[in-house]
Amino acid sequence: MVEKATTETRSRTDVAELGDEEKDLGPKVEVSEPSTPVDEQSHRTVFDVRDVTVRYGSFPAIRDVTMAIREHEITALIGPSGCGKSTYLRCFNRMNDLIPSARVEGTITYHGADLYAKKVDPVEVRRRIGMVFQSPNPFPKSIYENIAFGPKVNNMQVDSMDDLVEQSLRRAALWEEVKDKLGDSAYGLSGGQQQRLCIARAIAVDPDVILMDEPCSSLDPIATGRIEDLMRELTERYTIVIVTHNMQQAARASDRTAFITTEVQNDEGKDRRSGRLIEFDLTETIFQNPSDERTEDYVTGRFG
Amino acid sequence: MDVISTPRSNARKALDQLGRPAERRFGELAFRGLLLFGTIIACLVLGVLLVSVGMDGIPRLNAAFLTEYSSRFADETGIRAQLTGTLSLMVLVALIACPIGVGAAIYLEEFAPRNRFTRLIEVNIANLAGVPSIVYGLLGLAVFVYFLSVGRHLLAGAATLALLVLPVIIVAGREAIKAVPQEIRAGGLALGATRWQVASRQVLPAALPGMLTGTILSLSRAIGETAPLLAVGAAFSIRQNVKPWELFSDFSALPIVIYQYASFPGEDFRVEAASAGIVVLLAVLLLMNSVAIVLRNRYSRRT
Repeated sequence: MVEKATTETRSRTDVAELGDEEKDLGPKVEVSEPSTPVDEQSHRTVFDVRDVTVRYGSFPAIRDVTMAIREHEITALIGPSGCGKSTYLRCFNRMNDLIPSARVEGTITYHGADLYAKKVDPVEVRRRIGMVFQSPNPFPKSIYENIAFGPKVNNMQVDSMDDLVEQSLRRAALWEEVKDKLGDSAYGLSGGQQQRLCIARAIAVDPDVILMDEPCSSLDPIATGRIEDLMRELTERYTIVIVTHNMQQAARASDRTAFITTEVQNDEGKDRRSGRLIEFDLTETIFQNPSDERTEDYVTGRFG
Repeated sequence: MDVISTPRSNARKALDQLGRPAERRFGELAFRGLLLFGTIIACLVLGVLLVSVGMDGIPRLNAAFLTEYSSRFADETGIRAQLTGTLSLMVLVALIACPIGVGAAIYLEEFAPRNRFTRLIEVNIANLAGVPSIVYGLLGLAVFVYFLSVGRHLLAGAATLALLVLPVIIVAGREAIKAVPQEIRAGGLALGATRWQVASRQVLPAALPGMLTGTILSLSRAIGETAPLLAVGAAFSIRQNVKPWELFSDFSALPIVIYQYASFPGEDFRVEAASAGIVVLLAVLLLMNSVAIVLRNRYSRRT
């Protein structure tokens, strides 16, 4: 594989922006090649994941994951409960850093830059890689303040906060429903509206990637449909990685699907479970022509 | 018509099974009675106290009692210095204890690593909340009055009471912070906020009602403290207003004067004036508690 010059330039600037003030990066910066052959030149790799294992304490929750996530695509992670999908998703914006016992091994690069390099500031990572959680978690404040919080804490140079709030709410397809009550508490919204507010909040800081951890699990089919439509629109600007339990959702809404499942390992006489990536391919292939039997069993409902 | 109706005998049998057996009914009644008894005892004691103090004190209470300084004559004496003293103390205690207590609570909940050392600190703070107040008084005497050379002045009294309420404020503050859902923090951090930004702009405002309530309730505990003030040298009677900005002036407080009046031989002091003092103290206390409730309702409605 040949390293492309454009990729390298991009990675270097990204590292510089991610880290602290220090501009002289020296020769230490590791620029890695995409692990999968670049079959579609238009889609650059955002995350290149190699041999990633996440441990809580000593035993891995998920291990040896290698895959690449491409720009402007929706990548779905599916698999049974407890297989480590959410844990894995949290590696991308370093939310696992907040759990003292969690350790991430292997490498994840973000536009070619090591996401776990010493000089990378997790706070800066999280601004670029936004997250929407399983259950809607608006702040106990007004709708307006929910959106404005991110830009404010990031010291974003905004000409007009009002415009940014409107724009974010529009892109999250929520503006028409809330434009007359921006000052009202976000807790007064319905569950689906709250989740779209959380998406709007994530968009407001203009991230590069949006991670979604089962964003529709507490929503009814109508709200789910709206959020899926929204995700498709958002891929014009953003890259989306979504964890979902809903197989139809993965089939409907994603470009590529990774199937992760739980494997039982014997560890000193005790059976310990940890997640493994079984198959990662175009969503069509995963659902219609999977190469692994376990994937087929899962997507056809014969398992889990 | 093929409507199926239930035979009466079946219905009666079903009803019998649905009724509660007599021994279970008795057990529940007995237990409920026991709980009611406890409640009545507690209310009764408080009621008797209030009525007896009120009957003795309210007739003695008049404007002059609040606006005059102490006097040798029972019908001329007043609690002006002590009332201003208590109010000044409360202001100062709040100013000293709130920032320290809230800061400690935020640190322990949001920033401190979870290790043996912080657990030790936590256990210690919980225990400090139960240390007898006279111990704080002697500590205040040693540290503030002598070691820091504050002297037997208002500042020493306020600092000692602040120490006394600090553990309670920290414990209440931590509980309030703990009650803020973890999802709020995750949501803030996921937007690229620092831990401090999340703590100060999301967690603290959400925890504020609980913190305020805890703080004011702990202040109303401090308002009635007598022993620590005596230890750091509160005056029995002074003839001047105590002002919170005159840190190095002599001071007194309501519980001190009540204690003094109650030790006099004459009934006009021992019963009437002391009771009137208690009524004033209780009024200040109830006022503070109602402020706590109003603040709590106001802030929790905003969210």
